[in-house]
Amino acid sequence: MASDALTLSLDPLVVAVVLAMALITFLTKVGGIWLVRRFELSDRLEAGLTVLPGAIVVAVIGPELAAGGPAEWAAAGAVLLVMWRTESILLALCTGVIAVVAFRAIF
Amino acid sequence: MEFDPETDEDADSEADARRSERTSRRTDGREDAAADVTPATAEPNTASTTATPAAENEATATEIAAGATETDTAVTFDRDGLRAGFLKTIPVALGIGGYGIAFGILADQAGLSVAEAALMSATVVAGASQIVAVELWADPIPIAAVLVTTFAINLRYSLMGAALQPWFKRLSATKVYGSLFVMADENWALTMRSLKSNTGYGAFLLGSGIAVWLAWVGATIVGSVAGGVIGDPTTYGFDFILTAVFLSLAAELWEGQSSLLPWTVSLATALITAELVPGRWYILLGGLAAATVEVIRRGE
Repeated sequence: MASDALTLSLDPLVVAVVLAMALITFLTKVGGIWLVRRFELSDRLEAGLTVLPGAIVVAVIGPELAAGGPAEWAAAGAVLLVMWRTESILLALCTGVIAVVAFRAIF
Repeated sequence: MEFDPETDEDADSEADARRSERTSRRTDGREDAAADVTPATAEPNTASTTATPAAENEATATEIAAGATETDTAVTFDRDGLRAGFLKTIPVALGIGGYGIAFGILADQAGLSVAEAALMSATVVAGASQIVAVELWADPIPIAAVLVTTFAINLRYSLMGAALQPWFKRLSATKVYGSLFVMADENWALTMRSLKSNTGYGAFLLGSGIAVWLAWVGATIVGSVAGGVIGDPTTYGFDFILTAVFLSLAAELWEGQSSLLPWTVSLATALITAELVPGRWYILLGGLAAATVEVIRRGE
């Protein structure tokens, strides 16, 4: 669809919508930390914040894996196993990608 | 820079001995060192203490040189952190390149020019919301739907950003907000990993974000120009990279018994929400539910 003439074209309306998306996204990225920077955090609230990383990670993975099938589950197991044994994120990543391609071929 | 109280005692011993000892002592030192800045993260996280790739060994060596005079787990914002973030993100950035190509192809099919697709990737820097936006794209552009969906999908970043606060609280607003501009799921995850292991690399997020940004924008252009020539990225397993990054991170963030309750609450909430509510609200709600339960538990 991108013919040579259109490649560099910038429609003003498209640019406006894209920049509005950019602004909204930036506000979502900074909004949370802006709030917690403005107000002194109690120890309890800070304790709540520190469980966030793990909780968010689990919330991302859960539905993602639930939507997958045996190939993704087996590959996920392989990632955890490699991570547990080697603690190398690079090795775990490579294993995961190779495993998911292999398991998708098998299952 | 990380500081172990015990490092001072080692000041005169062999450098090699210190290096290997230090690796094993990081767990012990963490409780004291972390207590000053981030009381609630003081539980030792043994999973993330073993130095893995070369960059981390290098960091350990620098810490030994610089750490002996420091008295706090200070979070710095310097070239070392920037470099560590950039280098450690390169393997992940290759995977992001796969997504970027997919996004470029979709944007091309939706009728966006190469320049428009590149502009979106360069300024929005949030993959999932961009892919959904170009799927909604039509003529005329459904502006309200695109903007509301973008907001809904990206609201989770508020929570991710807030989770950085224990380490970012002494950095200037410009550094914090500038770094957050290039924050995406993957480099947030890698940044949490670095900060949780007490590297004190405040610039890690910016460095890793630059790597992500370059890969994302570059791949968008490639995908948009190449159009349908390149096949489906699932063929190469690229679609699994995000899950794999988060699984690896989960293995490191696991802190034993204390993680069990918040993780179970988050997982259950996310699974139920994903069934009932379209979009990515489940991430936000899972995280919020876990944080709420933790706040209540601390109050008892």
